[in-house]
Amino acid sequence: SLNDVVFPPTEEERHLRANDRELNLSYKYADNAIKTSKYNIFTFLPLNLFEQFQRLANAYFLFLLCLQSIPEVSSLPWYTTVVPLVLVLSMTMAKDGSDDMNRHRCDKQVNNRQVEVLVEGDLKRESSHSVFLILLSSSSRETNLKVKQALTVTGMLEDSVEKLSNFNGEVRCEPPNNRLDKFTGTLTLKGETYSLDNERILLRGCTLRNTQWCFGLVVFGGPDTKLMQNCGRTTFKRTSIDRLMNVLVLSIFGFLMIMCLILAIGNGIWEYQEGSKFAAFLPKGVNAPFSAFLTFWSYVIILNTVVPISLYVSVEIIRLGNSFYINWDRKMYYPKNDTPAEARTTTLNEELGQIKYIFSDKTGTLTQNIMTFNKCSINGKSYGEVRGGTGRVDFSWNNLADPKFCFHDNSLVEVVREGNPEVQAFFRLLALCHTVMPEEKKEGELYYQAQSPDEGALVTAARNFGFVFRSRTPESITVVEMGELVTYELLAVLDFNNVRKRMSVIVRSPEGKLTLYCKGADTIIFERLNPSCSNLTEVTTLHLNEFAGEGLRTLALAYKDIDPEYMEDWKLRHHVANTAMDEREEKLDALYEEIEKGLLLLGSTAVEDKLQDGVPQTIEQLSKADIKIWVLTGDKQETAENIGYSCNMLREEMNEVFIVSANTAEEVRKELQTARRKMTPDGTEEPTVKKSRSGLFCLQKTETVADEPVNGEYAMVINGHSLAFALEKDMEIELLRTACMCQTVICCRVTPLQKAQVVELVKKYKQAVTLAIGDGANDVSMIKAAHIGVGISGQEGMQAVLSSDYSFAQFRYLQRLLLVHGRWSYLRMCKFLRYFFYKNFTFTFVHFWYGFFCGFSAQTVFDEWFITLFNLVYTALPVLSLSLFDQDVNDWWSFQYPQLYTPGQLNQYFSKRAFVYTVLHSGYSSLVLFFIPWAAMYDTVRDDGKEIVDYQSFALLAQTCLLIAVSIQLGLDTHYWTAMNQFFLWGSLSVYFAVIFTMYSNGMFLTLTSSFPFIGTARNSLNQPNVWLTMLLTSVLCVLPVVAYRFLRILLWPTINDKVRGRGSTHLSLDKVLPPTPRRVQARRTSTRRSGYAFSHAQGYGDLVTSGKFLRRTPKSRTTPSLNSAFIARHRIKNENTVI
Amino acid sequence: MMKEELETTNRPDNTAFTQQRLPAWQPMLSAGIVIPGFVLIGLAFIGIGVGLFITSQNITVLEKDYTGVETTSDCYKCSNPSDKNCTCKLEFSLSNLFEGPVFFYYGLSNYFQSQRSYGASKDEYQLSGDLDYFKTPVSACSPYQYDANQKPIVPCGSLANSMFNDTFKLYQIVNGTKKLVPFDGKGIAWWTDYNIKYRNPSVTPLKNAFNGTVKPSFWSKPAYELDTSDPSNNGFVNQDFLVWMRRAALPDFRKLYRRITEGDYASGLPAGNYSLEIAYNYPVLSFGGRKKVVFSNVSWMGGKNQFLGIAYLVVGSLCVVMSMVMLIVYAKFKFPEDD
Repeated sequence: SLNDVVFPPTEEERHLRANDRELNLSYKYADNAIKTSKYNIFTFLPLNLFEQFQRLANAYFLFLLCLQSIPEVSSLPWYTTVVPLVLVLSMTMAKDGSDDMNRHRCDKQVNNRQVEVLVEGDLKRESSHSVFLILLSSSSRETNLKVKQALTVTGMLEDSVEKLSNFNGEVRCEPPNNRLDKFTGTLTLKGETYSLDNERILLRGCTLRNTQWCFGLVVFGGPDTKLMQNCGRTTFKRTSIDRLMNVLVLSIFGFLMIMCLILAIGNGIWEYQEGSKFAAFLPKGVNAPFSAFLTFWSYVIILNTVVPISLYVSVEIIRLGNSFYINWDRKMYYPKNDTPAEARTTTLNEELGQIKYIFSDKTGTLTQNIMTFNKCSINGKSYGEVRGGTGRVDFSWNNLADPKFCFHDNSLVEVVREGNPEVQAFFRLLALCHTVMPEEKKEGELYYQAQSPDEGALVTAARNFGFVFRSRTPESITVVEMGELVTYELLAVLDFNNVRKRMSVIVRSPEGKLTLYCKGADTIIFERLNPSCSNLTEVTTLHLNEFAGEGLRTLALAYKDIDPEYMEDWKLRHHVANTAMDEREEKLDALYEEIEKGLLLLGSTAVEDKLQDGVPQTIEQLSKADIKIWVLTGDKQETAENIGYSCNMLREEMNEVFIVSANTAEEVRKELQTARRKMTPDGTEEPTVKKSRSGLFCLQKTETVADEPVNGEYAMVINGHSLAFALEKDMEIELLRTACMCQTVICCRVTPLQKAQVVELVKKYKQAVTLAIGDGANDVSMIKAAHIGVGISGQEGMQAVLSSDYSFAQFRYLQRLLLVHGRWSYLRMCKFLRYFFYKNFTFTFVHFWYGFFCGFSAQTVFDEWFITLFNLVYTALPVLSLSLFDQDVNDWWSFQYPQLYTPGQLNQYFSKRAFVYTVLHSGYSSLVLFFIPWAAMYDTVRDDGKEIVDYQSFALLAQTCLLIAVSIQLGLDTHYWTAMNQFFLWGSLSVYFAVIFTMYSNGMFLTLTSSFPFIGTARNSLNQPNVWLTMLLTSVLCVLPVVAYRFLRILLWPTINDKVRGRGSTHLSLDKVLPPTPRRVQARRTSTRRSGYAFSHAQGYGDLVTSGKFLRRTPKSRTTPSLNSAFIARHRIKNENTVI
Repeated sequence: MMKEELETTNRPDNTAFTQQRLPAWQPMLSAGIVIPGFVLIGLAFIGIGVGLFITSQNITVLEKDYTGVETTSDCYKCSNPSDKNCTCKLEFSLSNLFEGPVFFYYGLSNYFQSQRSYGASKDEYQLSGDLDYFKTPVSACSPYQYDANQKPIVPCGSLANSMFNDTFKLYQIVNGTKKLVPFDGKGIAWWTDYNIKYRNPSVTPLKNAFNGTVKPSFWSKPAYELDTSDPSNNGFVNQDFLVWMRRAALPDFRKLYRRITEGDYASGLPAGNYSLEIAYNYPVLSFGGRKKVVFSNVSWMGGKNQFLGIAYLVVGSLCVVMSMVMLIVYAKFKFPEDD
């Protein structure tokens, strides 16, 4: 009966049987092949053309072509439209073709990554990167972030091929969905049903650690995998310039229609008043209204140059070029892992110059996720302070030392080798009190697998100082203490959790001494100290403050000897509690609380969460550019705050740092309001919301919450729990207002979904351009939500990069991406658009004016060939070189003055307003370009008395004036004259003259008589001085007012750009001058903010460590895996989704 | 410290182009360039303007309207379109010598040679002597493509059909007798039009080429008989025809009719009384057009045109004024060099 169900419309349950391909295939579940390519050889041409003509612009030109085929309407020969259209279509086709070739290649690569073809239900050995498995059995040894464990029943299959191939369990489970943390299903084997949950599942994209093999059953493949389901629909991102351009193009269409209407009405009147009487020479046989109707369409053809087809192609080319600059930039290339920056999306460049909000992940983005043991305080003495170039401490005396470990204070080694009991106890504690797993691949070559990098750092420190954690069993820990092998009996692990903020172990030394070792947050430990330690506590507190002031993560260490009899009793009670059915946690907590008392303080450790290079400087630069940076992290509050301080986002001199961490919606609202009122005591209660409409046809309603002025600097830290309330519909504006008043916003313990929600919130109410940067799978949602997503590349796990628009290896490259590439791209695009609209409007307006002198008959002013080639040949390359090479100031100055970035955020270079100015400017230019030749040529003749005001000569004069004027205007807009600019500009003008002399030559006329009727025009009119004098006059009249205006504007209202340019031009060879490295502001804080953080956020693996379920008794027997294997996978989801 | 040899296969090339470090000239709109620039351009323009203005002033132009709108005009009698073969006289006197060479133009106003369908109504192939197009002219010529009997019209089209057909004779009144001023009608069209663009079919006599075709309806004579005095000045290379076919860009235009370069008048028209005899054929009043005759001499800058000189003077002066304004603003608002 199961076979009857063939591909249900909405899958309600997934059913698979292992090793039964036939049954499984009958369901037609998605296979693992990924297909992103669109065409094959045969479908390419028709499909691509079909797609291209779906674009409004191309369809419009097709429509124009149809109009042109009507003889009554056709005011231009067919080639004026066909040549550009074919050029544009073929260029787009070439690009689409090469893109699709790449996709084919990519698909091939992806689909052939694994040799075996996977179909759901197949048994699969080892991890594939593109399937979703149920774990059957695995070999495993050590732990890491997430425990994945096979069912006992399948674990018994081991790696026996025979057993596996006979395995015929049936799986029924939920249909494909995007929930990473949940899985429900059942496995039926030999009539018995076993439940399957998230712990039995391997997700696509996870990295397997600590296992040599695993066998699994493929449940979801290809697009059904949770990762792919989680990627969300990739929405096609458009830039704000794109959207503005669409609006403009639409209004230009409207404008075009109005112009055509005016001219058509003019034609109607002219036909009525003049044309009908002129009929003696030109019998028309049509009435005025019909003539006006035809004229309307004729003018639609002629004036279509206001919306030139080449606009879209040029914009694409410019973006592509500017993307290549990003790929080519050596200053964004990270040599350590050979990773260049990559523009993965080539259509968003100019948006990089308009970023207002940056949402950054912390771990792996701001920090390297590397912890180093930096300092410590032992028995009231602080170690680790670098005193003038002592260099690295030599650990060669310890043959088990980790060569990568680096410490700079020799005195600590000296005391530990002298045998100082406190120092030795300190390191012994570090070697014993943890849940790290050791791995010894070769004798003496130890590797630690730690749940959190902090723990790893501490145990490694102990190892280097002569207390080497060598191996562990559920009941014992073996340590090499100063070269001597000592095995401690492990009696209990009092594991870490968020409330306890500490962990302890109770061990029995070989001498039989019972000791409790405890490490934890200082505040927690200090509460539990023996009163005799008060002096030491004071000194240690001083040290802790010092460490915390440097942004280090601190822990306090303490120990206590235990009476064996008490221990016996406690152990009994512990056993009872541990097996209790109800209130087990509470009972255990009470027991732990009881024994962790009266501790003796040993000292404290300070671990540095290493920031990536240049992070504080980058953040400083970006905030100078008026970009607001919000950190969204899954880390807990203290860590996030610490990082905030160490990368200068939070500063001591800030007026206040608000902490929002309430548990109910009302409290959250109250805290937000209190914070807001503090920042603006006299601000309004109600937010100023500006409602407007935007988009095509004003269909989109937008609400913009206005920025509110704040005196002083504030910051806000909000945790995920509060954020969940604050992101509710009725509170989101409150959150946004408060958050936007703060200089810095840190959201901690947030889920990937919340990250995206925060981004969406800002996008929705601020109408500002947002950028999200992150490195892990948990950042994918926010990377996709933001206008621009940036992935940190070159590390394991590429999901963030794969869904990003730009990727590079180091956070600090962000400033170059934005302040240099983004700024230039935006500037170039705006210059291009302004110039492009200017030149085409001017071109078109001249036709409009000529309408009044040709009876509104849709007679073109220019030669038809000029109309065809103007955009494609005569002006294409100069404007492209402008928009590929122009720089207002070079990169050095861009970094010196990050304020140069702000015009982009305010849309100053290209907006509706700028567009209107451009249109007015072209209106003026067109008046000059038409009426000066008109007046100068009126009733005049050549110097030999012959004709000069004939149509062809006038056309030549008008078009040459136009070309010269727009070329000079281009020159005025060019700030950065490279050889290419010169070459293209002069080249295009020369080409123009070469072309007209060729086209107007005898030869061309004799070959193609009807296409080249302008024979002799160039020769006959370009030898006339008054023609050249007219050109000079028009050029000067077009250009000088612009020069004067710009000169006066620079004097009267200089922008920051003008000032910097003014300075920049005086020293052109700045490459030698190195930018002064912004001083690393290392604020020595005196506050008591600090974090106890040598733990992961989640419950530790205490249970696992002591359960003995998976640990081999002897570390050497690794060839025989135990039966019930546990499997540990390390997700790139860096425990950020397991919150609270 | 150990330093491993790093793999750098992906390192981008270090070229000026890829690193956007192309050497470049970065001009600034600095006061040192702009203000002197304006002064120089202003002075140069004033200089050119003065030259143009004086040149233009030295050109003599004599314009006479002969449409016959005013009842006082002798041509009033001819303004009735039904009146065929009407001639009228236009008399004028010159007090000074009209310096030569003098060019004689006819001018038309409110006449839309620039109208699109009018301008397009011709057959380039036919006019370049292609006999195939004598039989089947292009459709653009319609409605002057075929006559009522479906015979092809050569030359076809509105442009050719509407060829100007007033003729003029100029007499100087010397002691009461009329002395004919000789007109030179050779070489009044563009060289390229005469030699390349328009060609007669290579059929002799020319008349045979026109067998089976009809003359344009408006014409009184067929194309091969346009100039009876000079057989080589017939067909499509007739100078008057060529001048007419080079259509004007603007609705008010003048076209060269003859040059006065011969005999006693080689150095110009002497002072005295003149009478212009006009064969008034061309109707313009129906569409509010005007006809005029123009006598003019030329200079290096062509015909008389006051505009260019004045425009240069005005623009030049504005440049100088602007430079003063900019200088004042610069002195007052110049931003400090270092802030």
